[in-house]
Amino acid sequence: MSDPAFDADALIEASARLLRLDLSGADLAVVRTHLETAERLARVALDFPLEDEAEPAPVFVA
Amino acid sequence: MTTAAGTARAVASGEITARETTAATLARIEKHNPALGAFTAVTAERALAKAAAIDAARARGEPLGALAGAPFAVKNLFDVKGLATLAGSKINRARPPASADSTLIERLEAAGAILVGALNMGEYAYDFTGQNAHDGPSRNPHDLGHMTGGSSGGSGAAVAGGLVPIALGSDTNGSIRVPASLCGLFGLKPTYGRLSRARSFPFVASFDHLGPLARSVEDLALSYDAMQGRDVADSAQALRAIEPTHPSIEGGLKGLRIAKLGGYFARGAEPCAFEAVARVASALGANTTIELPESDRARAAAYLVTMAEGASLHLERLRARMADFDPDVRDRLIAGAMLPGAWIVKAQKFRGWFREQVAELFRHVDVLLAPATPTRAPKLGQVTFTLDGEEMPVRPNMGIFTQPISFVGLPVVAAPLWTHGESLPIGVQIIAPPWREDLCLRVARALEREGVAAAPLAAGFA
Repeated sequence: MSDPAFDADALIEASARLLRLDLSGADLAVVRTHLETAERLARVALDFPLEDEAEPAPVFVA
Repeated sequence: MTTAAGTARAVASGEITARETTAATLARIEKHNPALGAFTAVTAERALAKAAAIDAARARGEPLGALAGAPFAVKNLFDVKGLATLAGSKINRARPPASADSTLIERLEAAGAILVGALNMGEYAYDFTGQNAHDGPSRNPHDLGHMTGGSSGGSGAAVAGGLVPIALGSDTNGSIRVPASLCGLFGLKPTYGRLSRARSFPFVASFDHLGPLARSVEDLALSYDAMQGRDVADSAQALRAIEPTHPSIEGGLKGLRIAKLGGYFARGAEPCAFEAVARVASALGANTTIELPESDRARAAAYLVTMAEGASLHLERLRARMADFDPDVRDRLIAGAMLPGAWIVKAQKFRGWFREQVAELFRHVDVLLAPATPTRAPKLGQVTFTLDGEEMPVRPNMGIFTQPISFVGLPVVAAPLWTHGESLPIGVQIIAPPWREDLCLRVARALEREGVAAAPLAAGFA
């Protein structure tokens, strides 16, 4: 479940203007579902303490 | 259809010519591709010319490569000289033909392999089903009413249907391992940064990998070895020497500490996924179960980074050509473009933390086992499935077990298992520390040798 306070429709409307995306050809109900999934997963992924110095890790060293 | 190694040995010994094997391959493609939906382009003229060159080299007494005369095909996101690089899309059909082959094609051909065509895939690789709105679905050779898995769906169909012994795919979140699991193949996703991605169409630069699918571990090792090596054209490639794996695949299990992954990897799937892992663990004598902490967060972080990077890649195309996207891909990309940047940066930082946990785990174990997919192949067109009592969409959730692993770039071989009375297989991930593809292949070969894992030709195409 996404957070009831999360207003996907408002995000869609504001972002589409910012990104200059004409969404008349999109299925907005599906876009909303994807955003709600992302919001739920963001709470899973981000509710975790990391040091300010934490680095991303795109390259591996044996 | 024999293995690539078998073909190369037969060509080297003069038992068959490269021309004969190429002609037979082209005839099989023509006969079976309409049912499988595997190929989107067949490079017959080029293949026959390459075959003639190999036969001429043999006639002159020149040494032949390890894959001499063996046919292969590539997911259509690889550049093939003379073809537009579709990446499964309608939009890319307007691209000019590629002026050069991708590096990995060049390297396989340098080893004597013969490119016979380009393969169907989910649009822009944002897919786990193998379905494509423009080219139709690739179909599972073991049951044509079922999915191949994706996004390297044509690669799975082509190899399981015996059209080619080796196909190249890409794997961002599982797109080699999912079709390997659903089509009953061995698939190798190497360490992130190992194989050059030069002249292939990207999806999520942070996670994109290229690798082979095959019906034998030897073919995986031979093709992987041929593709290794530094390529300055891929700026994300790591500085690693070539580390051949083929000489060690018969090395057995001696000295290897192997464990099953528990926790996240032991829930949220159909029983067949866990039974497959248990059978592999039993065969390998792996009695311990260990936990990779915070794997649910790793999967979630990978999901968010994928949404955002994929959307960034395609934003201009969304503005200009929205109507030409596959709707299933379009709406995910639109949503991805709207995610806050702060989420994505933190997800990337979590990746660093998770990598450290993985490194710690590998101090105590050499190889980890996990399911490759939560189910066997769903039916074509199936939109949802129920896992642990929760109904969820198929398309994003076939990768729940592959995503946390590629999130930190670990090398994996997906090995296929079969159950008596079931027509469809399911795969197990054999996971090793960074740069230890050799361990994945050794363990997979041990399972293959013992008959625990196998990749038979689909019955309808034998």
